[in-house]
Amino acid sequence: MWEYTEQVKEHYKNPKNVGSIEDADAIGEVGSINCGDALKLYLKIDNNGVITDAKFQTFGCGSAVASASILTEMLIGKTVEEAEKITNQDIADLLGGLPEQKMHCSVMGREALEDAIANFKGEPTEKKVKGKIICGCFGVTDDKIREVVRKNTLNTVAEITNYTKAGGGCGKCKDDIQKILDEEMAKRNNGRKEKPLTKTQQILKVNKVLENYVAPELRKDGGDIELVDIEDNKIYVNLQGTCKNCPSSNLTLKNFVENILKEHMGENIEVIEA
Amino acid sequence: MSKNIIYLDNNATTKTCDESINAMLPFLGEKYGNPSSMHTFGGEIGEYIKKARVQVAELIGAADPQEVIFTSCGTESSNMALRGLTDPRKKHIITTKVEHPCVLNVAKHLQKNHGFEVTYLTVNSEGQLDFEEFKDSIRKDTALIAIMWANNETGVTFPVEELAAMAKEKNPDVLFFVDAVQSAGKIPVNVKDTEIDMLSISGHKIHAPKGVGAIYVKKGTLITPFMLGGHQERGRRGGTENVAGIIALGEASEQALKYLEDENTRVKQMRDRLEKGILEKTFNARVNGSRFKRVPNTTNISFEYIEGELILLHLSDFGICASSGSACTSGNLEPSHVLRAMGIPFTAVHGSIRFSLSRYTTDQEIDYVIEKMPEVIEKLNSISPFQNELKELKEIKTGVKN
Repeated sequence: MWEYTEQVKEHYKNPKNVGSIEDADAIGEVGSINCGDALKLYLKIDNNGVITDAKFQTFGCGSAVASASILTEMLIGKTVEEAEKITNQDIADLLGGLPEQKMHCSVMGREALEDAIANFKGEPTEKKVKGKIICGCFGVTDDKIREVVRKNTLNTVAEITNYTKAGGGCGKCKDDIQKILDEEMAKRNNGRKEKPLTKTQQILKVNKVLENYVAPELRKDGGDIELVDIEDNKIYVNLQGTCKNCPSSNLTLKNFVENILKEHMGENIEVIEA
Repeated sequence: MSKNIIYLDNNATTKTCDESINAMLPFLGEKYGNPSSMHTFGGEIGEYIKKARVQVAELIGAADPQEVIFTSCGTESSNMALRGLTDPRKKHIITTKVEHPCVLNVAKHLQKNHGFEVTYLTVNSEGQLDFEEFKDSIRKDTALIAIMWANNETGVTFPVEELAAMAKEKNPDVLFFVDAVQSAGKIPVNVKDTEIDMLSISGHKIHAPKGVGAIYVKKGTLITPFMLGGHQERGRRGGTENVAGIIALGEASEQALKYLEDENTRVKQMRDRLEKGILEKTFNARVNGSRFKRVPNTTNISFEYIEGELILLHLSDFGICASSGSACTSGNLEPSHVLRAMGIPFTAVHGSIRFSLSRYTTDQEIDYVIEKMPEVIEKLNSISPFQNELKELKEIKTGVKN
């Protein structure tokens, strides 16, 4: 059961402005039935560029309906210029917040709005796939991921999945998403981020983590661990003592050692038995 | 909750029956002894557990009550069957694409971390297996075949008795495990007449409380215990017995056997009436899976072009409890793996609703759902962006062009 706010509940129970506008001045359309949600937004815009009416139709869950419903309420009475400034966070905020995993519903509202405004301005909206598709399951491009990361200051792949669905299907693209995230975070931290570690610094840091967090645990069971080499993101280690011949040594390596090193060194490292 | 609850989500969990509650209460109170103790106060508890073991054995038709091992839940029982494999030369497991996660995820784990090879059998649009594919998949080094009796989402049943016989004919050494969590108490189960080696049940699906389950392990079946500890359950499952839970499971098993006929007559009729009522009154409804090879309490209906979570939320406002295979309800972003394996189109998968009845369901409740359902679906149809598709579907179904 999701924890929906009273505002979300009110909007999915009694959605405002449901339907279509026959002679709409702008139509925005995003999503597809395969992905599990889709939204169509219709706008009526007068000669002064003021949105006089807004209607929507959606295929989606409670929070998708609520996001679209509140978006139409926000839009009516605003000029196109004002409407352009509405962010997905504004939509979520007005609903009193959305569950993390449902943030993509607010993003979908924002996208439909963008699409409608482009349509109004006569810009080509014909499936303008900007950038390269990263997530094949949900058709999410690198451009979209970058934009959402920037606008919402996201820090993890899981957050990106919550906001865009990317990586939420087969999960094969998670490494690619991590790379994009790394780049965006580097840009964000540009100027204040320290230089990347030199190899010697890396070795010292990994060794320290192994000594302080990993080895003490293994020693409890009569085992031990030794750092052999570091090559880019690959950390080569030797399991020793009882760990050496333990049938679950691979489990120890991947579940325990790698997780701890990831915590300290970053998500993209890999631990390999030398 | 102030309003009446119409509980049609019995494949998720069931109401604990009064008989079970009454039977277990003394063991939460004055009869708190440990059956492993040497003194009579504890030791006599063993007698009650013995009775519960007989009750469970009777429900599943085991030849000997000793073949019943109590566990904490259906998931633990599955884990025990799959992770207890002993022969290091046999590293092949066969299962199906539509199993419950308690089998699928364990199989994936064994595949990823323990060098097992796993064959995932496909199903057709009715949710049925291909016998030839099944037979062909059995190899010399196949250690275990794990196939559910009834599917939790669709209620579709596999002919596991036949499959077990087929398997043993091709490879007499293979172990055959059946996840019977969704079939126990719904259709007759008689393991002693079959080639089934292991079979799991879960307490809270048959009106016992949560936190207790069992696994049948045929005499002479070699599996290593999964939960190590004391000598409880003859060393096959360590840990002090969940005495109250076990007593309740025993009582619930006896009741389930008593109500088996009711389940296959009255409950089945209500399910069929509900299904018919909904199909008649909503043009975009379709039933998922075989309507013949199915447990009597379950129906899985898709409402095309509308989304399942939204349907559930609106039903919940009327006090109606059901569940959905929609991606939005699961927390991960993929819709039901069962319906996808059956090749159900996306237009229908996201809008699938499972109704599962029980002996406590009444005719009045079914009437109410049949009355409310079209109202909800009509309202949600009007929100859908797929108006043209809905219109087309309506024309096809009703044969009338507007």
